[in-house]
Amino acid sequence: MAPALTMDAVDWLHLFTHFLTLSLLAVGGAITTAPDMHRFLVDQRHWLTDPQFSSSIAIAQAAPGPNVLFVGLMGWNVGLNAGGGLGGGVYAYALALMGAVIAMVGILLPSTVVTYTATRWAHRNRELRGVRAFKAGMAPVVVALMLATGWLLASAHRDTARDWRLWLLTAAVTLIVWRTRVHLLWLIAVGAVLGALGWV
Amino acid sequence: MPAPPIAPPDEASLHTPSSLGDLFWSFSWLALQGFGGVLAVVQRELVEKKRWMTNAQFVEDWAVAQILPGPNVVNLSLMFGGRQFGVPGAMAALAGILVLPTLGVLALAVAFGAVADLQGVQGALRGMGAVAAGLVTATGIKLMSALKTSIMGMPLCLAIVAVTFVAVAFLRVPLVWVVLGLGVLSCLWAWRCLGAQYANGRPVAAAAPATAPAPALPDPDSGQTPRT
Repeated sequence: MAPALTMDAVDWLHLFTHFLTLSLLAVGGAITTAPDMHRFLVDQRHWLTDPQFSSSIAIAQAAPGPNVLFVGLMGWNVGLNAGGGLGGGVYAYALALMGAVIAMVGILLPSTVVTYTATRWAHRNRELRGVRAFKAGMAPVVVALMLATGWLLASAHRDTARDWRLWLLTAAVTLIVWRTRVHLLWLIAVGAVLGALGWV
Repeated sequence: MPAPPIAPPDEASLHTPSSLGDLFWSFSWLALQGFGGVLAVVQRELVEKKRWMTNAQFVEDWAVAQILPGPNVVNLSLMFGGRQFGVPGAMAALAGILVLPTLGVLALAVAFGAVADLQGVQGALRGMGAVAAGLVTATGIKLMSALKTSIMGMPLCLAIVAVTFVAVAFLRVPLVWVVLGLGVLSCLWAWRCLGAQYANGRPVAAAAPATAPAPALPDPDSGQTPRT
């Protein structure tokens, strides 16, 4: 059940500044700041319900595109709640769109400015020993983080009876992507079909 | 603004994006393929298909994109677009990675409200999740080949990969500690390995002389052996 909200300009500003302050803390992906968003949006302000919060993350991860879009979905849901929910018509959708834009601009603006400035500097000075040492030193760490992400995604299942089939699917996909040039969308589609049919 | 030459001899086969529109549509297309994270698609598209960067460059850029605040793929698109066409390039790549996917995710959220409880939908999400895990893992395996050219040498790189993997995947150490601990040690060691090529912080012309003595073997425990 979505909460009935009234949000004034100051509330919208708070929403914006909250994402603004989290932006620079989002080292390693916006998802690392999700706990703090939960504290603010759900626990403190009651702008979102728990199911709205979790489904925002789940949908953004299932959808194509960067996972940071879950932040936009949270803004969308806040706006929707403020406009009277899905029954609120055009007004609700307009507020929802505004909420999505406010959230995305807030979470991206500071980090974008910092990243652009820093990387332009590093590129101009790419022959500096410190810059080269940073890149060479971080490379193995980054490769390991990718492998670990794959591992964490693969081991996220709970239903032990089905687990071996999901592991098998993950292992098969790993081998196929490593060794062939099959289009990645085919693999995603196969995974969706296998899952929808209840085979994995 | 022309891109500064970044290609050492063995990277001579690289291509570059032809225009801002090319950047926008290329990043849109790769973002729209990225279910469950965009990493695997970015490597496939930018390195293997477009040939806009080498695997080694990709790992380096991804490292920077990962460390700086902000979503890694957003940072990577900013960096790449900026290097090609300055601020307009960065904005074109950023718009590509965000605009169409945002519309897609909002449409999906509206649709999802109607079908969230269907068992088939839940199953499809589960299947796609398992595939996404495989995509990321395979990309990590492919990028290990980029470590062959590392100044630190392949064996040490593989050791760092193994330790980092265990720390993150099994011990669940928070990312910030992994970066500040293992990452900083690794960078310090790379700094030391680069010593032969630098004098007073400036590159020595024409790289290392052929008569230079073989570099001292690394001490894997401290990473802090005195400079030679």
